[in-house]
Amino acid sequence: MSKVVIDALVERFKDPVQGDGVTGAYEGAGGDDCAFVKRERLVEVCRFLRDDAEMQFNMAPYITAVDYLGQEPRFEVVYNLLSTTRNWRIRLRVKVAEQDAVLPSVCGIWRGANWFERYCFDMYGIHFTDHPDHRRLYMYDEFVGHPLRKDYPLRGRQPLVTELEVPAEPFRGPGPAERGE
Amino acid sequence: MSTEVKEALKQPVAPRSSELDAPLQSKRMLVNLGPSHPAMHGTARAVVELEGENIASCKLDIGFLHRGFEKSCENVTWTQCFPYTDRLNYVSSIMNNVGFALAVEKLCKLEVPERAQYLRTITSEIHRICDHLTLVGALGLELGAMTVFLYAIEGRDLLWDRLTELCGARLTSNYARIGGVSRDAPEGWLEKTSATLDRVVLLRDEIDALLTRNRIFVDRTRKVGTVSRADALDLGFTGPCLRASGEPYDLRKAAPYLVYDRLDFDIPVGSNGDTFDRYLMRIEEMKQSDKMIRQCFRDMAPGELVVRDFRYVLPPKPEVYGTIEGVMAHFKLIMEGIQVPAGEAYGYTEAANGELGFYLVSDGSGRPYKLGLRAPGWPMLAALPVILQGALLSDLVPVFDSINMIGGEVEQ
Repeated sequence: MSKVVIDALVERFKDPVQGDGVTGAYEGAGGDDCAFVKRERLVEVCRFLRDDAEMQFNMAPYITAVDYLGQEPRFEVVYNLLSTTRNWRIRLRVKVAEQDAVLPSVCGIWRGANWFERYCFDMYGIHFTDHPDHRRLYMYDEFVGHPLRKDYPLRGRQPLVTELEVPAEPFRGPGPAERGE
Repeated sequence: MSTEVKEALKQPVAPRSSELDAPLQSKRMLVNLGPSHPAMHGTARAVVELEGENIASCKLDIGFLHRGFEKSCENVTWTQCFPYTDRLNYVSSIMNNVGFALAVEKLCKLEVPERAQYLRTITSEIHRICDHLTLVGALGLELGAMTVFLYAIEGRDLLWDRLTELCGARLTSNYARIGGVSRDAPEGWLEKTSATLDRVVLLRDEIDALLTRNRIFVDRTRKVGTVSRADALDLGFTGPCLRASGEPYDLRKAAPYLVYDRLDFDIPVGSNGDTFDRYLMRIEEMKQSDKMIRQCFRDMAPGELVVRDFRYVLPPKPEVYGTIEGVMAHFKLIMEGIQVPAGEAYGYTEAANGELGFYLVSDGSGRPYKLGLRAPGWPMLAALPVILQGALLSDLVPVFDSINMIGGEVEQ
């Protein structure tokens, strides 16, 4: 479906000196083509996709992150892009290491990316440079850690107010423990 | 100038002890709406900075309804995710079920039987009508038209009754399954639903007649919260809100799924992108949905409800109790879950408010490695401060209504 786009990207961002900007193109499930993009070239690639008369990727419907714990680099940020005029969709995947989890923001290209990037910061702890409103999205500011990381516990509770103690047997009524006591 | 006045001018004006005593507010005023406010559907909080009556800036604070949807889904099997998806947009839960099922099927490369596709389309479109009725009713209610709300809720609940007969629950339908749907339409259901749709058509036309040419309603919604076509695209709008701004993009036409490519329907497109257009878009889409459901009733043929592939769907009970293959398949599916092939996929469908996307990553085990939800109302809510720049405070409520933010899906 969007093979043309990926081919054009790979061709355009070839760089024999510092390594290609766009690599590993493959056809994703359902026909949406995907490619890996180098972090340094991300903004350049996105700007080209939006502004080029052939491409016209005028929308970024969804940006999210994935935590591949145990792999190196650990995180991956996924940009799902859409061109409504051409009816093309592509998916750009950017790898980020844990020690250096910083990406350039694409808010300057699609304003709709704002909350998606805030979500990635809130849930995975990936920072975005030049973001206009770099705050947590869902969790409160006092929250420690990033809940969607694979090493954050499923029941890791961090209440803002002190929680009431739950009785050991929550289903038992207030009467004596055993009959005839 | 008298010496008395000259002396007074040298002194700074003493601040008044109370703001209430000040004759005119000269400073900007902060107004806090929510998180528990009748106009803030769900629990969003808006902090609005007012200059007189106009909104100078607006800041949104969400997350009060955050319940860790994605984290929960990563820790249960693929099938067990369905009840969680019900609670995303609770007004149109089947659309979420279908959207998730289609995304997983994209990853599994599974082809669903035709009858199941028709049933999914019918229930999705019924829920689209429910969703739009709720929005139109709430928009009317908050602009003072109580009658409209009652008509809308009557229509919605009649349709929910039909869906209750189909799947056993009013709101949390849990209807779709990976590889098909959970049950067939009961006997006589199609005729009954047709009769209900006739009633809903009357109610919808009544609402249309009450609101569309109503002076008060039109004055409150025309040229309020206008979003241009370029802005709508840039801000990531999808669904009726994008089409109200003049962009004819609908996934049911652009990337047809289920049986939408066989149905004859139109995509209504607005021109101004204001609250009134967003309202009209809903009325027109209800008409189209009604048309689609009736076409499905006409074309639907009896057939299988689920794929006969025991790797994905539980075998029928006689096989579980009678054959070793059946009992093994049942055991594996219950204990380990569906073994979705390793890989990643982004499944998208046209839900009532826009693109409902699921970004799935599977590591080949029985549980999703990552389940990313793209809620339709998310970018629209994020854009609210941009839309409301300079608007009147009283316009916040209809604009907020017309983008139809649902707390359950936006705050996950």
